[in-house]
Amino acid sequence: MREMIFSELSQALHEMARGFAHLLPRLIVMLILVLLGWAIAYAAKVALRSILRLLKFDKLSQNAGASQLLSTAALPSATEMLSRFVFWVAWVGFILLGVSVLGILGLQEQIAKVFLFLPRLFVAMFIMFFGLLAASFFSRAALLAAVNANIPSPRVLSLAVRSIIVVFVLSVVFEELGLAEQTMLVAFGIAFGALMLGLAIAFGMGGRDLARRFLMEKIVREHKPESEDELSPL
Amino acid sequence: MAEESLLTDEFLRRLINVGEVDILVGLPTHNNAKTIGPIVQKTQMGILRGFPRERAVIVNVDGGSRDGTPELITGVSIGDARPIPNLYALRTMHAISTRYGSTPASGVALRTILAAAELLRAKACVVLSAESPNMEPDWLPKLLNPIYREDFDLVTPTYRRHKFEGLLISNLLYPMTRALYGFRIREAAPPEFGFSGRFGSQFLAQNGWADGSDGGGIQLYFTLAAIAGKCRICQCFLGEKSRVERHAADLVPALRQTAGVLFSTLGPEYGVWSAVEGSEPVPTTGAEAEVLLDPVRINRKRLRDMFAAGVAELESIFQSILSPATQTELQRIAHQGEEEFRYPAELWVKTVYEFAASYHKSVISRDHIVQALAPLFRGRAFTFLIENRHASADKVETDIEALCVEFERLKPYLLELWKAKE
Repeated sequence: MREMIFSELSQALHEMARGFAHLLPRLIVMLILVLLGWAIAYAAKVALRSILRLLKFDKLSQNAGASQLLSTAALPSATEMLSRFVFWVAWVGFILLGVSVLGILGLQEQIAKVFLFLPRLFVAMFIMFFGLLAASFFSRAALLAAVNANIPSPRVLSLAVRSIIVVFVLSVVFEELGLAEQTMLVAFGIAFGALMLGLAIAFGMGGRDLARRFLMEKIVREHKPESEDELSPL
Repeated sequence: MAEESLLTDEFLRRLINVGEVDILVGLPTHNNAKTIGPIVQKTQMGILRGFPRERAVIVNVDGGSRDGTPELITGVSIGDARPIPNLYALRTMHAISTRYGSTPASGVALRTILAAAELLRAKACVVLSAESPNMEPDWLPKLLNPIYREDFDLVTPTYRRHKFEGLLISNLLYPMTRALYGFRIREAAPPEFGFSGRFGSQFLAQNGWADGSDGGGIQLYFTLAAIAGKCRICQCFLGEKSRVERHAADLVPALRQTAGVLFSTLGPEYGVWSAVEGSEPVPTTGAEAEVLLDPVRINRKRLRDMFAAGVAELESIFQSILSPATQTELQRIAHQGEEEFRYPAELWVKTVYEFAASYHKSVISRDHIVQALAPLFRGRAFTFLIENRHASADKVETDIEALCVEFERLKPYLLELWKAKE
């Protein structure tokens, strides 16, 4: 009886030792991948940070309005954020690669999914950044045009332009990420429709005279009476 | 012959038929049928009077007129230009026309004229505006003689203007060009000007041509190129500048053609303007400027209101462009009542210089920077109108001179901003 117990125990220990011996090289490979990944990710972070500083990415981000968002949220600069993001994505990628080397069933499928998601995440971030840039540019253009044309409430117009673009960009970003596609589509439709309806009503109710004058000038070519401050600047 | 590709085969054929010329008159047009007839007749008269023995050609470059303007130019008979006896052409005077596009583009128009002048080896050229109904025949010899007989490279005009006409020129373009480049050229972006064939070819060959000088404001690029190229420049008094009515909204395009062009040249020409101190007059024939004092009705309140609205609404944009001190000062004067409102010369000069430095640095879109200057210019224009409401011609000139001196005095401030920005 005692011999049997010892025999089973020693067999179990042997199997455990064999299993560990099988796992050990993979564990070492994983550790190497993790360490190598850290080094590569760190190098990528430093290189990207230098390139972005050279390209004055912070200024671009400031123009896009992203810097203001980051500083409100007490986050570092856009260059630092992007560099850190790339570091973590690269390192987590290597860690997942290392984990997959261990050959744990079920985990590999999930890791593959994460890797497939990364390009979409990058595209979504790209769309988001340039969307914010476009929103900032066009809202500023609308503000300047409205101020120079002496249109009342220019900031409202500028904000409307920014909101339309941001809503549109967000819907594209969510669609790209595949997050609640249907919900986002419906929400976007409602928000955009409401905004357009609101603008149409506002223009129709508040700008009847303006619309009439505009149409008269365009269609009937009604002669505009000469105003008294039209001195040539040149 | 670098720009032959710009000219159509048909236009080239016509130019070859003309042969070499001494005088070339460039006439850019776009739907100018109402005014062009008398201008062409007076041009021919001017050539007959001033250059009867010289070979001359009128080159019309049209930007897609739909009212028969080119036909009117080529159809004007030389006989129409001879109402005075003893005025005979000793040479054939040609008038040819080409269409460079379907929309007007002053850069392409001038480029076509320069290419034609180079091909015809014209010694002296003049560009006339088709929107100057009060043009006189003696404008031709006035603009051409310094080139043809005195070896100047560029002749810019001076005009008799109403004291409140051309405020953008008197309050920004003239003083700033003078302070930066050191030459007292009253009209640096003139609608009519004379130039030598030599300088025309030199400008045509410049590498930077395609980099932005192809749009509006080409005349200013032309003048600044002459200054930078150390060409011989002079001015001549032409007479009264006809009043062209413009809507208030036209201020932004006017700013693009003046301040925008001037700001854009500061980067490439840093070596030229940074070394200049003070300013010197350029040789001038006739009066340097004459001022008309007829009473005009101007809605000053609207100017001040648009200034105040601009300062309030564009605060976030001005934060990127202006220094905190300048912005604070602007906000202070924006709250002043109509009677006590003053946009002082020093503050205006600092504003313009800070805009120029921010333009160079591209703190935001460069076109947006130029547009943001419009409400501030309205504030300065309001002050100029108030200060010179009852002013004599001499007082107006004294005020403009004082502003020029202020621009020159504060030039180190621009250099400081420039270096800080670098």
